[in-house]
Amino acid sequence: MPMIDRDLIDRTLSAALFKGGDFAEVFVEDRRAIGAGFDDGKVEELSSGRDRGAGIRVVSGDTTGFAHTADLSESGLLAAAEAARAVARGAGGGAVAAAAGSGASTPDSGSTPRGVAVLPEMVPKARKVELLAAADSASRSAGSAITQVSAGYADSRRRILVANSEGLWAEDDQVRTRFMVSCVATGDAGMQTGYEVVAATVGFELFETTSVEEVAREAARRAITKLTARPAPTGPMPVVIKGGSGGILFHEACGHGLEADHIVKGSSVYAGRMGQKVASELVTLVDDGTPGREWGTFAIDDEGHPARRNVLISDGVLVDFMWDRLRSAKEKRPSSGNGRRQSYQHLPMVRMTNTYIVAGADDPEDIVASTPRGVYVAKLGGGQVNTATGDFVFGMVEAYLIENGRITEPLRDANLIGNGPDVLSRVDAVGNDFATTPGTCGKDGQSVPVGCGQPTLRVTEVTVGGTAGG
Amino acid sequence: MAELADLVARLVSWARPGEEVEAYAGWDRELSVRVFEGGIEHLVSAESSGIGVRVIAGGKQGFAYAGSLDEKILGEVLDEARDNASFATFDQHLGLASPDGVEPVRMELWRSAVELTATDAKVDLALSLDKAVRSGDPRIRQVESSNYADSAWESAVASTAGVAVSQRGTGAYLFAYAIAEDGGDTRTGGGFSVGREPSELDVEEAATDAVIRSTRLLGAVKPRSTRLTAILDPRVAASFLSILGGTLSGEAVEKGRSLFAGRLGETVADSRLTLVEDPTDPRAYLASPYDAEGLATRRTVLIEDGVCTRFLYDTYSARRAGTASTASAARAGYASTPGVGFRAVSARPGTTSQDDIVSSVGEGILVTSITGVHSGVNPVSGDFSVGAEGLMIRGGTISQPVKEATIASTIQRMLLSLTAVGSEPEWLPGPAAGVTLAIEDIHLSGA
Repeated sequence: MPMIDRDLIDRTLSAALFKGGDFAEVFVEDRRAIGAGFDDGKVEELSSGRDRGAGIRVVSGDTTGFAHTADLSESGLLAAAEAARAVARGAGGGAVAAAAGSGASTPDSGSTPRGVAVLPEMVPKARKVELLAAADSASRSAGSAITQVSAGYADSRRRILVANSEGLWAEDDQVRTRFMVSCVATGDAGMQTGYEVVAATVGFELFETTSVEEVAREAARRAITKLTARPAPTGPMPVVIKGGSGGILFHEACGHGLEADHIVKGSSVYAGRMGQKVASELVTLVDDGTPGREWGTFAIDDEGHPARRNVLISDGVLVDFMWDRLRSAKEKRPSSGNGRRQSYQHLPMVRMTNTYIVAGADDPEDIVASTPRGVYVAKLGGGQVNTATGDFVFGMVEAYLIENGRITEPLRDANLIGNGPDVLSRVDAVGNDFATTPGTCGKDGQSVPVGCGQPTLRVTEVTVGGTAGG
Repeated sequence: MAELADLVARLVSWARPGEEVEAYAGWDRELSVRVFEGGIEHLVSAESSGIGVRVIAGGKQGFAYAGSLDEKILGEVLDEARDNASFATFDQHLGLASPDGVEPVRMELWRSAVELTATDAKVDLALSLDKAVRSGDPRIRQVESSNYADSAWESAVASTAGVAVSQRGTGAYLFAYAIAEDGGDTRTGGGFSVGREPSELDVEEAATDAVIRSTRLLGAVKPRSTRLTAILDPRVAASFLSILGGTLSGEAVEKGRSLFAGRLGETVADSRLTLVEDPTDPRAYLASPYDAEGLATRRTVLIEDGVCTRFLYDTYSARRAGTASTASAARAGYASTPGVGFRAVSARPGTTSQDDIVSSVGEGILVTSITGVHSGVNPVSGDFSVGAEGLMIRGGTISQPVKEATIASTIQRMLLSLTAVGSEPEWLPGPAAGVTLAIEDIHLSGA
């Protein structure tokens, strides 16, 4: 990375450990982003910006000190190093103030990062805006019931450098592109909404393989379909989840609970269960930061460790957790490449990358046909989990009733609730299809891009939080 | 503070003829301490600042930002915003806020004690909290984290429309998250105390809150599905009022995304409900004399005795609606443009205590926490379905704890099914105050 020379980084690390400490790290980030919003028939605004700075971490015993600065000059970095080391010793004596300010140097844009065909910053802004207008008209042409459309385009380039006192020096250049459409449909029973997003760790070539019109029509179809939806049922019942509808179910049911920080703190239902059966034997769960253009993919994590494919649950048996540097060093094992952070202003922690259930042998149609009554979830929304109890919710934003083995009427939005280990043990069919979806994962106030994937599968019993019956 | 004000004023002075320019600059410093098992897990000292610039030229708007206050880049940010504006669509309603004569309410949100208190004293608060939670009840198995955090912030807005304001404030809080276990059952609960400086924080209050919330649901069972009256405790009610605050946005109304569109003057809720947005109330966590466009904040009655009376507007949405801004512009920071938001929504308190509401309800559920608000509440359609934990109410008294259930209805129906508003409001860290609410005809989904 041309923005900072190596000697300066070395001096910063030395300063960070000047008064002791076991480990020091400098994380430098230069992030540029462009966003364009189309709403209510208009390009509302084009926004662009840049954030650049460094986060410095000092680990001393069980304590971590952290400070960050937007000033990448020698004085800025050394002041941040001093703040980080003071807090690590926890005996500052006075109010700690980190350095602020801004750097003077302007790094060049560099060459096109690996795996990116068309760097978004090289694409004229007008071209990005055209995509939005095309999506708006495609959604509106999908049906006269569509009364409002918003579309969003966003690209970002995030260049990072990680160097630590153990001699690690690693750089990455992460380019991501995203496109979303959200529609409102209006009918006799009020308004409904539909949403669709495509997002990948690629450049503008995303639109060579993705039609924004298709994204727009999908969002519109979802909203229109729900105009005639009936209230979701109440109580426990079989639920079939369509392949690629959003692996958020497993992200919440067991993903978070397999993050080593929760394990070490005893705040996960999966703590102490290594080597045990925690799921149906049909379930193999993988977290993989390596695959091509998935939304949670990167070359190195935010602690400089290469992305890896980690099998967490194999045929129902718990075989590994996800690790960052802090937790793995304590256990004297390598990091699994799951140390991530939202920006240079944040401490890294254990995070998922792309988390998915490996495809099985069942024909997806047979899974539905062999379900006499239940709910078919075609698209999941977000979710939330309490890792200590395992209780989790996840929302459905496109769902249907299954009656006599057939998908019938659409259902209104609702949450479903279950307990992680219980739901995992109730997976009784896993399809031979597979697809992934992009998402944003929030933890402890930090958001990072993640991927979720899963084949069509059935859970014999999940509680559906609707209003029909009961 | 003068520095930020000078900086935004200087940038605005570079506006070209016929161009409207608004600059917003923000600075904040944060300190946070996390304690785990009696030791410091981490100590974070953070300072950040940045600038956001809006340009409106020829009826088109552009925006650019930078995470820096470096003089050298101000011109670049302005140029970038200008360039971005050229790609937007013409919109006659675009415009910056003009001072409207409303005087800002004087409030002192800044406490120098946040800066002057020694870090060790702040660390001690987190350590004491950890200890207090641990010793609070033998069933506390673990305290996942005990945290102290504070922040000091300044911001300034200036524009070619004559806005030139700056403000500053401080905040501090304690938060602990406890895990309780009894007979193989695990439950969790968080407790906090908030203030504008360390001395306003109450370790005992935060610890007791965490202990009670984590232990009182031990032995919880999955309840039977049924229809009943749900009593939302103040923290849960604050989440519900926050959803309402969002649906009462004039921007959502103008763009056909609010379930209240076209309902001004109509009865939308039980007559017990009066809902007010008042950022001038100093008890509110997000109280502020100015909104994000630099207008003086003011009190707005949104629902009065069940009748929808007013929506919230920033300058743009107000122009579209042919009305005046309610000074409700909000921004997430220097990197975002202003939009309609709310800072201090509250329901007018009723005359009955939570205990009295519980006994008068007879049969129902006291909901003490909800999950999945972002995934199960659709503010456009009104569909409402969230994960719920709480205590069943039998014969007018609190009984069996319950877990792994959902409560569901629609926002529209819930408002009309309100049967009681509690008498004791609680100002919570967030944009809404809590108060006990009883709502009948809620679907509880469980076993």
